[in-house]
This record gives sequence, C-alpha cells and structure tokens, in this order.
Amino acid sequence: MFAPSKLTQASRRQLALLQAARRWESTSGTKAPPAGGHLPSIATSAFLRQTRDSSLRTPGLRWADEDHAGPPSNALGGRETRKMNLYQAVRDAMSIALTKDDSAIVFGEDVAFGGVFRCTMGLAEEFGRERVFNTPLTEQGIAGFGIGVASMGQTAIAEIQFADYIYPAFDQLVNEAAKFRFRSGGQYSAGGLTVRCPTMSVGHGGLYHSQSPEGYFMGAAGLKLVIPRSPIQAKGLLLSAIRDPNPVIFMEPKILYRSSVEQVPIDDFEIPLGRAETLTQGSDLTLLTWGTPIYHCETALHMLANPPAPVAKHVPESLRKAKIELIDLRTILPWDVETVAESVNRTGRLVIVHEASKTGGVGGEISAEIQKRCFLKLDAPVKRVTGWDTPVPMQYEKFYIPDALRILDAMVETLSY
Amino acid sequence: MASLARIRSTLPRRVPLARAVQTSADSTKLAQDPSHSEPFTVRLHEDSFRAYKTEPPSLDVEVTKEGLLGMYKDMTTMRRMEQAADAMYKQKLIRGFCHLAIGQEAVSVGLERGITAEDKVITAYRCHPFAVLRGGTIAGVLGELLGRQIGMSNGKGGSMHIFTPTFFGGNGIVGAQVPVGAGLAFAQKYLEKPLATYALYGDGASNQGQVFEAYNMAKLWNLPCVFVCENNKYGMGTSAERSSSNTEYFTRGDKIPGIQANGMDVLAVMKAVQHTREWVTSGNGPILLEFVTYRYGGHSMSDPGTTYRTRDEIQKMRSTQDTIRGLGRYIEEWGLATEEDLKKIDKEAKAVVDAAVEEAKASPEPLEKDLWTDIYYKGTEPPFMRGREREEIHHY
Repeated sequence: MFAPSKLTQASRRQLALLQAARRWESTSGTKAPPAGGHLPSIATSAFLRQTRDSSLRTPGLRWADEDHAGPPSNALGGRETRKMNLYQAVRDAMSIALTKDDSAIVFGEDVAFGGVFRCTMGLAEEFGRERVFNTPLTEQGIAGFGIGVASMGQTAIAEIQFADYIYPAFDQLVNEAAKFRFRSGGQYSAGGLTVRCPTMSVGHGGLYHSQSPEGYFMGAAGLKLVIPRSPIQAKGLLLSAIRDPNPVIFMEPKILYRSSVEQVPIDDFEIPLGRAETLTQGSDLTLLTWGTPIYHCETALHMLANPPAPVAKHVPESLRKAKIELIDLRTILPWDVETVAESVNRTGRLVIVHEASKTGGVGGEISAEIQKRCFLKLDAPVKRVTGWDTPVPMQYEKFYIPDALRILDAMVETLSY
Repeated sequence: MASLARIRSTLPRRVPLARAVQTSADSTKLAQDPSHSEPFTVRLHEDSFRAYKTEPPSLDVEVTKEGLLGMYKDMTTMRRMEQAADAMYKQKLIRGFCHLAIGQEAVSVGLERGITAEDKVITAYRCHPFAVLRGGTIAGVLGELLGRQIGMSNGKGGSMHIFTPTFFGGNGIVGAQVPVGAGLAFAQKYLEKPLATYALYGDGASNQGQVFEAYNMAKLWNLPCVFVCENNKYGMGTSAERSSSNTEYFTRGDKIPGIQANGMDVLAVMKAVQHTREWVTSGNGPILLEFVTYRYGGHSMSDPGTTYRTRDEIQKMRSTQDTIRGLGRYIEEWGLATEEDLKKIDKEAKAVVDAAVEEAKASPEPLEKDLWTDIYYKGTEPPFMRGREREEIHHY
C-alpha cells in the first residue's frame, strides 16, 4: 500500500509547460514527440469513431428504419456515414425527427436562424417557419408552451439556449412535465417534450454559460435526463429522447459541439436511454463520468499507464498496470445502477467525475447507492472528482473543472488506499 | 419603506373612475315572448360588459327554455357537489387540499354552454365543476378527492388533478397552466382545427410572470386562446386592490383586447364566451376575458374566508347576487317553470350528488402497486424504484 499521493504545485507547473509545448509543436508542424509521449486529447481520442466501419458498429446502435418484427439485421451494406461534429449530429437528428414526424416542431430562442451553436442551422428553411420558429426570451413560457403542445400528442423539441437559463423553467419541468402522467392517472403526459440545452464549461463561459445543472433534476421522477459524449451518441440518444414517451431533458456539452468529430451514420438510428456504456474494460477501478470529462478521463488513463516525467514520481510503478474500467453514464436520470454496481462489485473501487460542484451533485447520489450496494466489496471509499463548491469562475475555470491531473490524483489515491 | 407605507395609509381607497361592470345575477330582461320550445331573445343589463381595445359583445342573448332549465340544473348540481365535498372534508374523509367554487358556478356552467364539445379548457386548482361539465362524472370528482379508484385520475391525483379528453386539468401551481394553455392553442392552430382554448386563472395568478410570457407568445403567434381571469376579488387572503397595481384584469394584455363580464349572471357569461370564441376562431388572435365573480367560501378548506373580508360582505353577495337564485328568478318571471318545479330540480340534484357520494365512498383505494405506475411510460421505466422504507423496492 502506498500513501496517498498529492501532485505538487511544481509538478503541475511542469506538466502545464509540457502541454503548452505540445500545443506549440502541433501548430508549428514539428513532428518530434514530447518527452512523455503524446497524451490523447479530444482531437485524438480513441472513443471517437473515425471510420465508417467502426461508426456503423457502435455498440447499442439500433437502426430505426428497419422492421423490428424480425430479428435485428446486422447488414451494414448500403449504410453510409458522414464526418460530423456534435452540433451537426444534433441538427441531423432533428432533421430526421422533423422529416418523419409531421407533428414535430422545433422552437427556442434564435433557433430559426440556426441557434447560437448552429444546432438548428437551415432547419427553418427546410421545414418551414411554422415548424421551426423563434420564441421570445421566455424560458418558463417555452417550457409551459412545450408541455401544452406535447399534451396534445405532438412532438415538441424545445431549446433552452444555455442550461444555465433552465432555472426559470424549473417549475414547469419539475411540477408540470414530470408529474403530468402520474397526477392524471395516465391520461395525459408531456411525453412528446424534449428540452435541449447546452451544458458544462466551454473555457471562457463565466458564471452563467458554464453550469452543469443536471443534479437539480435528480428528484424529479417522471423526467429523463441525458448527456451525450460524442456526435454518434448525440444523434442516437437525441432521436431516442425525442421519441421516448416521457419528457426528456437533453444536455449537450457545449465545448464538444465543434471539438468532437466522428463519422456518423446518416440513416435514422437510436441509442437506448437508461443504459450506461463501458468504454474500457478493467478490473481494478471503475471510473464513472459523462459528457466532457470523458476525454479528461481518457487522458488520465494514459497518464496513469505512462506518466509524463513531471508527475511520474507521484504514480507508483505498481499502479501503472492497473486496469481501469471507464463508464459513460449517458442517462443521468434514471441512471443505470445495475451496470455501475456490477462493475464496482468486480473492481472494488469507484471514482466519479463530473463538472458540477460536489455538494448536491449527481456524484453524491451515486456514491450513496453504490456504497450501499457494494459495501462489502469496496476496497476504498467512493471518490468524487468534481467542480468546487463555488460558482464556475471566469478567471480560474481551468482550476474549477476536474481535469486529467485531478482525475489521475484521485485514481492513484483510490488505488493505493 | 416605512415612510412610504405611512403615506399610503393616508391615501383614500381606490375609487373606480370608470363605470364599473355590474354584478347582479338577475338584471336580464325578456326581449321577446318566450315561446316555450322555440329559442327566444333576452337582453342583458347594459353594464354587463366592458371592453378594452375592442367592441363589447351585444347585449342580446338567444336562449331556450331547455337551455335555461339545463343551466339551472347544472349550477344547482355543481353547488351540491361542492357542498358534499365540503362536508366530506370536514368529516376528514378527504385529505390534502380542496378548493371549492361555491358562488362561482355561473363561470363554469356559462363557459360550458358557450363552447363546443371539442374546445379545450385548462384551469387552476378550483376545477371540480369544469371537470364534471367537460365530460367527467360527479362520482369521478368526489372519488378523486377521496383518493379512490373510481376517481377520474384513478385516485392518484386528488383535488386539482382531474382531467378529461378536452379538459387539461386542474393544475396546482399558481399560473403554470397559462403557458400550457398557450401550447394547447398552438397545437390546435397547427392541426388547423377551428377550435378555441380557454386558459383560466384567478386574480391572484394574474400577477405571475409566466402569465405575461404566455400573453406575449399568444399575441406574437396569434394563437386561438382566450385567457380567462376569474376575478373573485381575493387571491387567497389578499384582496385584488392590495395585490394588483391594475385591477382591471381585462386590460392587462397590452396589445391583446379584453372583455370584462358580469360573472354572476350565467347568461352574461355565456354571451361573453360565445363572443370570445367567435373572436379567436375567426383568426383574430387571443383575447382576455375577465369574469367578475365571488367565492362564498374561503380560498381552501383551511381558510375560513372571514379574516380578510367581513361576514356582512359575504352575506350581502349571497343574498342579493347569488347566481343560482338569479337564474331561478328569470325562469319564474318568464313563466318557464314554477317555484315548485325549481325545488324539484334542486331535490333531484341533491339525490344525484348523494348517490355519487355513496358510489365514491364505496370505491376502494388505489392498489399499493399503483404507486409505481404512471411515473414513466409503461415499458420505459428504470429497472427499479425505491419505496417508503429500505426494504421496499419495486422492480419493474
């Protein structure tokens, strides 16, 4: 057993220099690898599927244009993919929804001209301004209006411009949308409602364009809440969310809109809600996250296996071969307890990473449930790596978000507990 | 603020400058000889309506004997039903919250008579009569209040949560139903159905921000929505004058025109509803409709209703402006029925409600397993839900 290792300020500085050097190299076209070897980033992530074949073989992907009466067909011939970033994938999903469902409408602040993140670009021209239209700046009204439209049996796809602006709509979502089915004894529901909103930090968003409010909705049984990590995931999960007969809040990590790029199948497909996805198999520690931090975790996994020189002394040799199981939770409410508990029962250790602050964050709920279900199998306390209990600051956002170093530190601490 | 409060207290109470809408229940006059099977015309009191940025409805209302007697029966039955709920609440058979509409029957009955079976209605918590008139049953409403299987939401909603295919509740959050109503109206317009949506709220809810958000969207997109303010003069325990800088609720829509109507005369209500329905279904966009009405009881069962208004005021409304008595007077004066006939209707209404009370009481409570249903759509639930105690976990 090793004593918990803390990264010193000095080694952080060295690593930052290393990363800065790497950035400089990549722009100057120098090919020589940095001293510690290349660390993966979103641009080189192995979790992003860059070939047609790997894209079409995305686990859990279900073609929605097939006859499901028969056995699922694995025929991929004739299926095409196109390189898309996350906002293009989101747009593609809405385009399919609008094409196949005459009752579907898309509305929100500025969506008619494409939206601030370009997610609805061209939809108004393609489907008409009766179906894709701007609303006033009126979040509570947008949510209430969407619930009314959905309760008439229509498909309502609303956009809240930033997840930070969802708070005025909180009452409508929690009191009306979530409870409509229950309180009417199943007669009515807002099941046709999907509320999309960009979430998490973007590097310079400041206090009101960087928040991760998923935790506030955890008690709202009746709602579903989904956060995708990549273009393929965004398209498949969004189509599932739109067609799911329950109201769904769909939070899109805004920094991934442009930075995550994949080959995305152009046909209509869905990825099931309520299921986590295991991205790497492991037996020593379960690393659980969703959205943007997936890629910080990927970097951290490489740093653990092959630590760059400035941090190598803090990563004991014996831990470098540790097999880490990385899980993308994907659906935050209701979350996939079975998959996480099964994993932790095998690994005995759990580290949860999310951008929202620790107090009242989703990680608290998951820790409590896992410590109850896996109590006798746990070799270390469940560790949470989260934003600090402060607003997301403009100046020190880099230190607020759980970056690869903090995740590495948490893994080392948990593995050597 | 303290100094401001002192200044305010020395100011005289607001005196209405404009001629106020009158709220008597029996001022309508016969304009035509009532031939008992043919429709005939009556003329409302000239101060039955006021209008904002539009013309008031005409004062002539076409009625039939059957129609008037039907309204009398409906209003009587609704009052009996609310009285039965009151009694069962006081017997502790009904738990939770319960808001009665005794005194305001003209609004629900007049609304129902002025719209078609396919128009949509959504209101707040004072919803029991609307639920029955829009296709529900008395046993269904009382059963819901009692939390029984016979209830219109299978006993899972309780008061405030009652629905029919054209009645979207019954909503407990003050003002939240108003933007939902705008959404309903949008869907009707999108589906190109020539139907109106009536989104009701009280004078208390009229100060909620989202009400104005809904006004704006409805006018912006010209939705066929009638925003109905049931002004019963008190938002919970605060009078309209103490809560609203502008108590002329029909003028609060900015560019949206408004009608204020006597909400104590069921014929004025019906006429105002017909008029506004015609307005919104003719593509004129939304309109506001304010009914000046009065509730005899407290805001809810926990409010005696006498701490913020005098017993005299309530007594005066009951004895001089009662909506049921007003309609009864028309029927008698116009020779459509005798006092005995009306008493018979009242007796029948009581018998119908009494039978419904027994039917509702006999219905069992929801099964324990029903606690787990209707949270998510069947088949899309999470694998399990936690129950009341650590061992109680329901697996789907």
